[in-house]
Amino acid sequence: MPETNVHFDTANLRTLTPGDLDALEIGAGILGCGGGGNPYQGKLLTLEAMKAGYQMTLLATDDIAPEARCMSVGGIGAPVVGTERIREGREGLRCLRAMEEYTGQPIDAVVCEEIGGANSMNPLVTAGLAGLPVLDCDGMGRAFPEMQMTTFSIYGHSSTPSVMCDLHGNVVVFQHAVSEVFHERMARACVVAQGGGAMLATAPMAASYVQRYAIPKSYTQALELGEAVIAARRNQDDPIEAVCKSQGGRRLFTGKITDLKRHLRGGFAVGEVSLGGFGANQGEAAEIAIQNEFLIFRREGRVEVTVPDLIVVLDVDTGYPITTEVLRYGQRVAVLALPAPALLRTPQALEVVGPQAFGYPEIVFDPLPAATVGAA
Amino acid sequence: MKRIGIDVGGTNTDAVLIDGETILASVKVPTTQDVMSGVKAALSHVAAHLGDTPGPLGAVMIGTTHFTNAVVERARLERVAALRVALPTGASLPPMCDWPADLVQAVDPLIFMTHGGHEYDGAPLVPMRDDEIREAAMRIRDAGVTSVAISATFSPLTTECEDRAAEIVRQVIPGARITLSNTLGRIGLLERENVALLNAALQSLGRITVQAFKDALAEAGLSVPFYLTQNDGTVALAEAAAANPVFSFASGPTNSMRGAAFLTGLEDAMVVDVGGTTSDIGCLVGGFPREANNIVHIGGVRTLFRMPDLLPIALGGGTIVDPRTGAIGPRSTGYRILQEARVFGGETLTASDIAVAAGVVEMGDPGRVADLDPAFVAATRAKMAAMIAESFDQMKTSAEDVPLIAVGGGAFLIPDQVPGASEVLRVENAGVANAIGAAMAQVSGEVDKVFSGLSRDAALSAAEEEARAAAVASGAAEDSLKTLEVEDIPIAYLPGAARRVRVRVIGDIDFG
Repeated sequence: MPETNVHFDTANLRTLTPGDLDALEIGAGILGCGGGGNPYQGKLLTLEAMKAGYQMTLLATDDIAPEARCMSVGGIGAPVVGTERIREGREGLRCLRAMEEYTGQPIDAVVCEEIGGANSMNPLVTAGLAGLPVLDCDGMGRAFPEMQMTTFSIYGHSSTPSVMCDLHGNVVVFQHAVSEVFHERMARACVVAQGGGAMLATAPMAASYVQRYAIPKSYTQALELGEAVIAARRNQDDPIEAVCKSQGGRRLFTGKITDLKRHLRGGFAVGEVSLGGFGANQGEAAEIAIQNEFLIFRREGRVEVTVPDLIVVLDVDTGYPITTEVLRYGQRVAVLALPAPALLRTPQALEVVGPQAFGYPEIVFDPLPAATVGAA
Repeated sequence: MKRIGIDVGGTNTDAVLIDGETILASVKVPTTQDVMSGVKAALSHVAAHLGDTPGPLGAVMIGTTHFTNAVVERARLERVAALRVALPTGASLPPMCDWPADLVQAVDPLIFMTHGGHEYDGAPLVPMRDDEIREAAMRIRDAGVTSVAISATFSPLTTECEDRAAEIVRQVIPGARITLSNTLGRIGLLERENVALLNAALQSLGRITVQAFKDALAEAGLSVPFYLTQNDGTVALAEAAAANPVFSFASGPTNSMRGAAFLTGLEDAMVVDVGGTTSDIGCLVGGFPREANNIVHIGGVRTLFRMPDLLPIALGGGTIVDPRTGAIGPRSTGYRILQEARVFGGETLTASDIAVAAGVVEMGDPGRVADLDPAFVAATRAKMAAMIAESFDQMKTSAEDVPLIAVGGGAFLIPDQVPGASEVLRVENAGVANAIGAAMAQVSGEVDKVFSGLSRDAALSAAEEEARAAAVASGAAEDSLKTLEVEDIPIAYLPGAARRVRVRVIGDIDFG
């Protein structure tokens, strides 16, 4: 990395360590709200890149010049295919180079689409190999199932031109999509032809746009969440309390899974998990509705927390996040709520990521009141 | 026909002699440092009863923790070569990249990645490069390594690349002992490859262990076929089992569960096997242990293959109880319980002492726990009951009550009533249920491969035929064979209506 850079001061870069990746794995899992995929393989890829001598650095969004060009990158495809067809490792870098070539302008920093789950790691490898920083922010502040659900898209940035690269070296440029939904549809079709997994980089944004519309400090938040769990486990403290304290979360419920229903609807894993309370919630019942992520939390049939606020399910003993596909009868879990970032709570955002957007027209988003944030 | 079952655990070595369904003799001896002298002691005890009934001994079945211990202790492992046919896939995540460093050091691997493998639909990923494999094989040969683990992308769907690679390696290294990942694991390249590599690292130990058992049997004057028990509750002829030591990793708890099924006659139930240091809770489905569907860590390595679904609890007969706070475990006296527990003259308060004080079991000197406050004893027992109830509930798959069978040396720790259990069953000989499970084990045969150019019915019957032949080759009596599982998945893209078919049959041992 050059000592001086016209867009940022290298003194402001935070270099990540292997220990940071362990924390990020847990924290990104928590912010995944049950979805987003498993960050484990991404962590391994990042670790291998570190071992090979590449530096993974974070830069606060305020510390980059407004005219710098930022590109977001993320994985796309079926998770089960990804467990067999492991990434070659330079897919993201090829996206970045192809984007530079197509637009004729260099990229100065890499941005994360989705901090929740597997996509937290992908930008680190891409940026590390390119010698660029990853900005400490993302487009969701959690996990969502579709590409158009980023704040970048919600507030008017067009994803195209975008570039999709597979492990063979195929490069596909989507020059223009008439809508974000069309872009998602075409990208999904292309990923099938590429063997079920690829990396996708979307149209570069000016740093000024990122400063205004990205969810700020996502990596810091994920790292702090993960560190809180690791420290609590080391000190034999309650990891659930530690998570709440770390990010102003609220412990909604402690209970065991008493029933689990799930099915596929339109490509989404849809279902409902029922909980029977114990401890402070002895005698109470609760349900969480699932669509890839945990979307709606009800206590005794009454809606209490809804998307886009974050509903997080943790193993009550370890504090490790539980994704929707590994839920099972009898698990003992703690349910937490974390307030969604302000950018996800505007009327414009709620149209795309509010309860209505997920098929709950009867539910009005009632934001977690800031006053109770932090209270147990 | 008489059989001897032996289960070598970390704390005890158990043995039983059965004739048909009658238990003629059983013994529990401490597992010795060298393992084999304990086995010999147990063998000679039960073998002394061979004359109690007429008729010859048909077989000896042995379950052992040898192989798991070797991985956990990072000892007795051999140098391996990892050959992955998958490039460009996974170029940046080479084999063993996520293994604990001390285990990698113990295995000291040679690592090769070559081009090839398949896509999820069975299409080739890229053309396979025979020259790259030959080059790797020559370097493996030159390093003097003979145990090779071969993996390839999507090999559970099509074994073509792994088979071809094995053929080339054999041409270069005629004496190579080769483990193919598709014969052991499932979808998930890294986890399947890990299983293959662990298996490769245990090849020599597999051979040595089987030879040592053979010698022990010869010394006891027993010249009968002998079998090793497997993770799925069946047995395989020892010579064949030696090639796949990973299939013996969980034979201990599996044997206990099978023994519990035999002793109670129940085919569907939960089983809790209480040992010296920990207990395992598992689930019997149709008389066999339910399979785990998720990642299982073995010695710090992520694996995904046929293992029983078990939930360990840090509670066993030797679990240490703090006399001041009443805290239970997780530390245990382990095999030193006979010296250290209070009732046996020691100074350490254990879960067993609490049970003796409560009057639920008689052993040692009850006078040595007479000073315990009855309220303390009751509160500690309630805490243990809660630990068991919680784990039991976690392993259930529905809210319905199911029977719970308590086995193992510490079965007395299980209370008579457990929430969610329709009843708690105790059986005679519960302490040697594992050895009984080993003695009663059956033989299975499995086929899991892709058939092309056949109708579905023809493919299924071809697979069943092969599975039956495999079972007979493993020592099953043909007329006793039953088909346990049939599964088929059509594969798009491959020509000729290809489908992957998995069939598993099971039968009784043929004593000829």
